[in-house]
Amino acid sequence: MFYREAGDFKSSYVEDGQTFPIRFDRYRYYAVLLVGFAVVPFLINDYWVNAVFLPFLIYSIAAIGLNILVGYCGQVSLGTGGFMAVGAYACYKLMTAFEGINVFFHVILSGGITAAVCVLFGLPSLRIKGFYLAVATLAAQFFLVWLFNRVPWFYNYSASGQISAPERTLFGIPVTGAETAPWAAYLFCLVFCVASAIIARNLTRGMAGRKWMAIRDMDIAAEIIGVNPLKAKLSAFAISGFFVGISGALFFSVYLGAVEVGEAFGINKSFLVLFMVIIGGLGSIFGSFAGAAFLVLLPVLLKNVLVGTLGWPTDLAAHLEFIIVGAMIVVFLIAEPHGLAQLWRVAKEKLRLWPFPH
Amino acid sequence: MPEQLIWGMEVFLNGLMAGVLYALVALGFVLIFKASGIFNYAQGVMALFAALTLVGIMEGQVPFSHLINAVLGTDIHHFGWHAPALLAILLTMVVMVALAWVVNKLIFRHLVNQEPIILFMATIGLAYFLEGFGDIMWGADIKKLDVGLPQGINSVIDELTYNIFDYGFFIDNLDLVATFVAALLVIALVIFAQYTKQGRAMRAVADDHQAALSVGISLNFIWVMVWSLAGFVALVAGIMWGTKSGVQFSLSLIALKALPVLMLGGFTSIPGAIVGGLVIGVGEKLFEFIIGAPYLGGATEIWFAYVLALLFLVFRPQGLFGEKIIERV
Repeated sequence: MFYREAGDFKSSYVEDGQTFPIRFDRYRYYAVLLVGFAVVPFLINDYWVNAVFLPFLIYSIAAIGLNILVGYCGQVSLGTGGFMAVGAYACYKLMTAFEGINVFFHVILSGGITAAVCVLFGLPSLRIKGFYLAVATLAAQFFLVWLFNRVPWFYNYSASGQISAPERTLFGIPVTGAETAPWAAYLFCLVFCVASAIIARNLTRGMAGRKWMAIRDMDIAAEIIGVNPLKAKLSAFAISGFFVGISGALFFSVYLGAVEVGEAFGINKSFLVLFMVIIGGLGSIFGSFAGAAFLVLLPVLLKNVLVGTLGWPTDLAAHLEFIIVGAMIVVFLIAEPHGLAQLWRVAKEKLRLWPFPH
Repeated sequence: MPEQLIWGMEVFLNGLMAGVLYALVALGFVLIFKASGIFNYAQGVMALFAALTLVGIMEGQVPFSHLINAVLGTDIHHFGWHAPALLAILLTMVVMVALAWVVNKLIFRHLVNQEPIILFMATIGLAYFLEGFGDIMWGADIKKLDVGLPQGINSVIDELTYNIFDYGFFIDNLDLVATFVAALLVIALVIFAQYTKQGRAMRAVADDHQAALSVGISLNFIWVMVWSLAGFVALVAGIMWGTKSGVQFSLSLIALKALPVLMLGGFTSIPGAIVGGLVIGVGEKLFEFIIGAPYLGGATEIWFAYVLALLFLVFRPQGLFGEKIIERV
């Protein structure tokens, strides 16, 4: 009905190449931004921020990062947890070493450091492909977690081996540490999340993204038409690492506050983010958000229903959660291997013609 | 002979034994990968599930007792009988075959012709499912598994080495048994693959799905058979590891140990899995002994295998014995 391109004429190249060419999409996007920035901060409380919004935003950034690597460039990585740990520890070291600098820059810098580490572990991708590469990235996962566990310099020689975020402010308002207001933490993460999405979206539809996709579809053919595989693969690793590093930094400093590396950034985190990317849709920025939302909300929902409503013991509910998450993943892959993003695309096509499909 | 060298030899021998156990898990991966192109991440969880089922049957636990108790408010736990080990192993094998059938029927038949990454993700989903399912079925507490395998220090080797070096090597009886069983298993698998009708059909499927289909081989049957075989390997691995360190969640993590073994040996090679397992087992124990523990603060075993495999792959991307990767545009 209202989802129409008819009458939506473009009269300049800028208009023609914009991210949301359909007017309805564009207005919806503005509306979502408006609600996110201006309405939600006034409504949320501690529970909603910590159980839903912060994990959603932070995992979205990680999923965008991984989606660039896996979905756009076709390099399967199982080292996301390790790279998030790099972001977290870089952020911690920067926060404690340079107190005078704003925490905003610390987070961005830790993204940069993670990008460098990610490129280092991405180097073998020039020789190794497919599953061999996926398993090779596990080397990064285990080595990095071991490193942060064993070298005391990384956790400032603290007795517990944990790192905990000191209080830092932005415009005089604390955004990390115990005193943080829920809305401040939320807005801080939202800014990073929206910026990441915009950057990623524009990268992937520009020259860099086209090169990545050429490498993904067939790297030898891409090389023949003039895509430099070294640059394309390593730039994908770098940019993916940047986003994953930012999400790791936020995950540690804003969301958890104190982190034990094996627990917070173990192999399960790698799989979780990969699940988000695959369930959301490989090669889609919207899919990264959808996948993150799905896998953040599902356990919360299950816990509320099973423990809260039915009154089952928590351990039983936890096991049932494994079963349901596992089954959902399989069902999803069978029903729609291209993820939630594809469902959305199909729905959009249908809506365009509705209510006169012929 | 200097003490260090003798200790090093002991570490070497123990590494070999550990390597055999890694190879055992890797074998399950290779079987499924060769026959169906599926990289089965759930192999480790299958070993855990098999071990849990075995313990459950031996102890006469009521399956799903926690769930039943929570829903119906009853309080039941055991049937009150103890099954002999051999019977329990046979019953567990029946369960694993049923599992293989269900997995094929419900999951992988619907995913034919999908990309390998999608199949891989499906096996991770399966791993999650099985993990939760095993816990709900048999309970999540750590269980002791005892099927009558000998354990403890092997006195013959201890005495023998004491007479030669003045220092008795500590070699666990269980490791010796595991080595023996693994060797037996590999020989049996090779004979099965080379000399039986089903084995030949399996190799045909591994070679070319469509060609195999066109000469009348039932892909479904072969896949169920291969998954059952992998289930059997998982059961053996589950018994060995379960006896060694108890049946608990960490058992499923042996899959992660098997991955570098696979990379080193090549995903498609049974001898590769064995050699890779031995190299990794010896390599990580020796590295921990010589460099890891004295200089790097220990616990290097967790990543050494991966880094070794990674460095190795840079020079030989298809692994030691893997088929040469030929790329065409």
